[in-house]
This record gives sequence, C-alpha cells and structure tokens, in this order.
Amino acid sequence: MKKGYFGEFGGCFVPELLMPPLLELDKAMREFLPCTEFQQELDDLLKNYAGRATPITFCPALSKELGFELWLKREDLLHTGAHKINNTLGQALLAKKMGKKALIAETGAGQHGVATAAAAARLGLECTVYMGAEDVERQSANVRRMRLLGAKVHPIENGSRTLKDAINAALRAWISAQATTHYCFGTAAGPWPFPDLVREFQAVIGREARAQMFERTGSLPDYVVAAVGGGSNAIGMFHAFVPDESVNIVGVEAGGTGKPGCLHSAAINIGRPGVLHGEYTMLLQDDDGQILPSSSVSAGLDYPGVGPEHVHLARTGRVRYGIAYDHEALDAFQRLCMAEGILPALESSHAVAYVLRHADEFRPGSRVLVNLSGRGDKDMDIIEKELGL
Amino acid sequence: MHILEQKVRAAQSNGRLALIPFVTAGFPSEDRYWDVLCELDSSGADIIEIGVPFSDPVADGPVVEQASHDALAAGVTLRGIMQTIFRHKGELKAGLVLMGYMNPFLQYGLERFARDAAEAGVHGCIVPDLPIDESDGMRAALKAHGLALIALVGPNTSKERMQLYADVSEGYVYVVSVMGTTGERGALPPEVPDVLARARSVFSLPIALGFGLKNPRQLDALPRELRPDAAVFGSSLLRHISAGRAPAEFMAAWTGAES
Repeated sequence: MKKGYFGEFGGCFVPELLMPPLLELDKAMREFLPCTEFQQELDDLLKNYAGRATPITFCPALSKELGFELWLKREDLLHTGAHKINNTLGQALLAKKMGKKALIAETGAGQHGVATAAAAARLGLECTVYMGAEDVERQSANVRRMRLLGAKVHPIENGSRTLKDAINAALRAWISAQATTHYCFGTAAGPWPFPDLVREFQAVIGREARAQMFERTGSLPDYVVAAVGGGSNAIGMFHAFVPDESVNIVGVEAGGTGKPGCLHSAAINIGRPGVLHGEYTMLLQDDDGQILPSSSVSAGLDYPGVGPEHVHLARTGRVRYGIAYDHEALDAFQRLCMAEGILPALESSHAVAYVLRHADEFRPGSRVLVNLSGRGDKDMDIIEKELGL
Repeated sequence: MHILEQKVRAAQSNGRLALIPFVTAGFPSEDRYWDVLCELDSSGADIIEIGVPFSDPVADGPVVEQASHDALAAGVTLRGIMQTIFRHKGELKAGLVLMGYMNPFLQYGLERFARDAAEAGVHGCIVPDLPIDESDGMRAALKAHGLALIALVGPNTSKERMQLYADVSEGYVYVVSVMGTTGERGALPPEVPDVLARARSVFSLPIALGFGLKNPRQLDALPRELRPDAAVFGSSLLRHISAGRAPAEFMAAWTGAES
C-alpha cells in the first residue's frame, strides 16, 4: 500500500510549504510513540489527569425493551467531556518532545478546541483555536471555556463560517507558524500522517473496551457501533475490533433532517471521492468539484468529508456505515436520559439512535457496544430549542 | 524546450524580467474578464495565469480567496473556463497557465482535462495542493498532451526536495517568496535570497518569484545574480483592477524591469 494511504484513500494533498512540517511530524511519531518513556508519560496524563480508564456501562432498561444487551463505552466521563482529550494530550506531549512552543487547532462544536486548550495549559504550551464564526455563535459556552483555559479563539468569517473554513484557516496559519508550532488536528482525517496519528491516540478506547467486555461478559461484543463525522471516536473504538471477525462493526453518519434534498453529513453514504483538506476521501461536492456545505443538528458531525480509513473500511466491507437523522438522534437523546440517566452528546446520540431505530438488525440476545463519545451538556441550548422545551 | 520556458527565455534574451500576471477566472466580472486578459497580453504579459476558483483555497490570502468566492457565486466553472479559452483560441500571444486546486481537475477527469486544455491552447498548470509526492498521475496526464505541471517551491523547501521537482519539471519554477499565503507584502522577506540561491543551484529551468509582489522595486534589494527570471503578481493586480484602474497601467510599472 502506498505510504499514507488506506487502500486508494488518504494521501497528502497540501501545499509544498506544509510538507516539511508533516515530514517532521511523521519522523517524530516514529521516534517518540514507540518509546517507553513517552508511553508512560501519556498513560499518566490519561489516567491521573483525564480520568482513564472510562467504564463500560450496561443499560438494563433499554436492553429489556430491545431484546439484546446494550452496553456503552463511557468516553463522556472524561475530562472536558468527550474522547477528544485522548488525542490532544497525545499530540501536545508529542509537540513538547518536538520542541514546539505552541499549538494551533481547528474546532467545530468546540470540544476539540476545549480539549486542545486544556492540554496546552497543562503542558505549558500556547494555544490558538480557529473556529467558524457561525460555530462561535452557536457554541458560545465552549468559546468561553477555551478563553478561560488561556486559548486565543479566532472566529473565521470566510466561506460557510463553519468547521471546514476553520480547518482552512488553521492550515494557512500553520504555513507561517510551523517553526515553533504544532497543528493539533482534531480528527482522524486530513493530510498524512494525521489519520494515523489521531487513530493511534484514540485507539485506547477500543483497546480498553475490548478488555472490559471480556472481563465483564467473558466474550467479545457481537456488535460495535459509533458515530462518524471526521471519524476519530469511531476509528478509536473500531481499531481493536477490526481483526475480530465475529464482531460486526457499524459506523453511523449524520443524515441531517432527512427531508428530500436536505443538507447532511453522510459523506460515505452519499458523497463522491475527491480531495479536500489534504486527503483523497469521500466528500459532499457538486459536479464541478466545489465542496458543498454539510448540515447536522450535531455540530461535531457537521463536516463534508470523512477520515480515509473509514472509507477504506467501507470499501472492503469490514465496517457497515448507516445513517441516523436529526430527529432520531434527538429521540435517542431523550430515551437515554429517561431510561438510563445518561445525558449523551448529540454526536453520540446518533450512534444510539441507529441502534434504537434499527433494533431488528441486531440479533436477539446479542451484545451491542456503543461508543458514547461525549456528554450532552454542551448541546443543552440546541436540544431545548429543537425539542421546544 | 517547453513553450512556457521559451516565453521566459525570450524576455530574458531581451534583457527583460518576464511578467506573469495572475487573474482569477471571471474577474472582475464575466463581461470584462476576457478584455482584462487581452489588455494584460498586449501590455507585456509573457505568461498569464488564470485562477480556477475553488471553495476551499488553502494556499490563498484574502484577495484571491474573495475573487474565488465571487467567481463561484457568479457561476464560474472549470468547464466554462475551458470553453471561454477555446472560443478565444489564438487571441493571446502570452503563454497560458491554469492555476487551481486539485479537486476541480480531478472531478473534470485528468485525462479529459489535459486533452481539452491542450485543444483550447493552455500550456500548463499550477496545482498548489499537489506536492511532488502526489503528482505522478496529474503530471503524466498533462505531459501526454504537452502541458507542463509547474513546480512550486518555497523558503522551507530543502535542496533534496527541490531536486525531486527538478528531475521531472518543465516550463518554469515558481518560487514562493513567503512562508504564507498569496497576497502582497511591503518588502521581500529576508529568506528570499537563500531560497533563490538554492533554487538556482538545483534547477536549470527559469525561476519565477511570486506571492507577495506588488512592484518591481521590491526586487532591487536582491543581488543581481539572484534576481528571478520572471515575476508573478496576483493580489496586487486584482486590487488594482478592483479599484477601477486599467490593467495596462499596472503592467507599465513592470515592463521596464530588468532580469
């Protein structure tokens, strides 16, 4: 397989001026990640700062209703409220080893921005976060959190004023700042080697969950399910299970409102291959190759592309990718709140929604493990508005 | 020798700096766009770079990005750009280069694009998000129809990486003057002499300097032996035209410049 590719997807489509820092990052990855000292420092941060290991939780009420066992991997219990901190601590530590003084990051919903700001503060790095102006407005609580954690937040007024424009701005900023700055990319997408790097740091989710399922139930789960936007929580969950042939793996894309012709974020299901943000992947685009705006009630899934490894897993048939719509996610959110006392993020609600909506696809009596990637506190305004509360 | 190299060498043999204006397709309006190209052509352009708009132009600064968004809003497409060039085939004496991001070319189909571009009279392409590592397919498709894929290198490009480009490139080499995006700057950054010296030592092709240029006096600061063979200007020209001023007036400031 060509370097930086997953099958025919991935690669490194960036201006030449960004090749030196990406090559430098690849070299640092290969030098530091396998090293015991690095792993020990990261494990310490993950355990004693971020709150790993996260538990797996059995859902008795919903399991009874569904006729199969529903288990949740509780990434919502992590510091800063989502799986994002696994990646930002890893990248911040790597940046320190590389001698960088500052981190830049893009953010959509603000979760990656908050997790980067926290990791930067903890490790003594400066932090600048690029965020679409529309997201700054609709996720103002996270903007305030980032600022309290010492990060500079730059609202981006260009283009669709959302995540994809924030990534453009961060890539541009990195061209100028590369000597002293690491770009802490938020998802398992973008130019090589980010899809590998982010997956390495998120793979702890699946490794833990796999061992925990064995410990609690004596066997592997029959199904593993996770929501896919860029795809970092999902690839982190799936990675350890990919070699387990008995485990069915399901990724869930955001379908938007589901009305005919609506905007959505289902790049694998409805997109076409193309190049954006440094990678060859499935994209929402028009016939002329211009990127189309995406849409989802969940800001964290609202992205017109997807990580290349997911596209490869879809092409090879190892992972099946379904769709959950906005209203299904909101319904799943309410059911998980009421039945189990867990308030999930709207991203994770899409994964739960798929299981509830397609319950007949799951064998009776089987075990279904869902990655609950984040908590829903950040979504309160949107949820109250959508549900008319 | 590729025709784009011939264009620069011809200027050089007259003791001139070759001039390469950049204009986004459809700028400043659908009606005026071709007239602007003709005026640039008749006022001393040796090569004209036509910008193919893209929704997510990561290597561009605010002026070119805005022009790109305006063009898309006005319905400019790569297909339309090719048709316009084809319709006016033979009207321009300058070399013609399309500069745009990978995805629109990819969706057009690389083979079909290369064939149509050659037929329309285009001589080469610049693809700012296509480093050497990913460029084999595009270069082969273009080469089959006589088009050059122009190398883009910058202040942080090592001699080793420049050599990779030098081994396969034709036309001219585009040397980016700044560690940043397109857009005019007051003075050349201090690292420019270094990158020019490095490029001279590696490439036998003519060297075009771009990103950040707005007037020929910026080049006076360079030692004579390091002066580029060509200058590329985009943002400053677009701003000049946006202000309602004649393209020829902008070119006049440059036509006396020595290489």
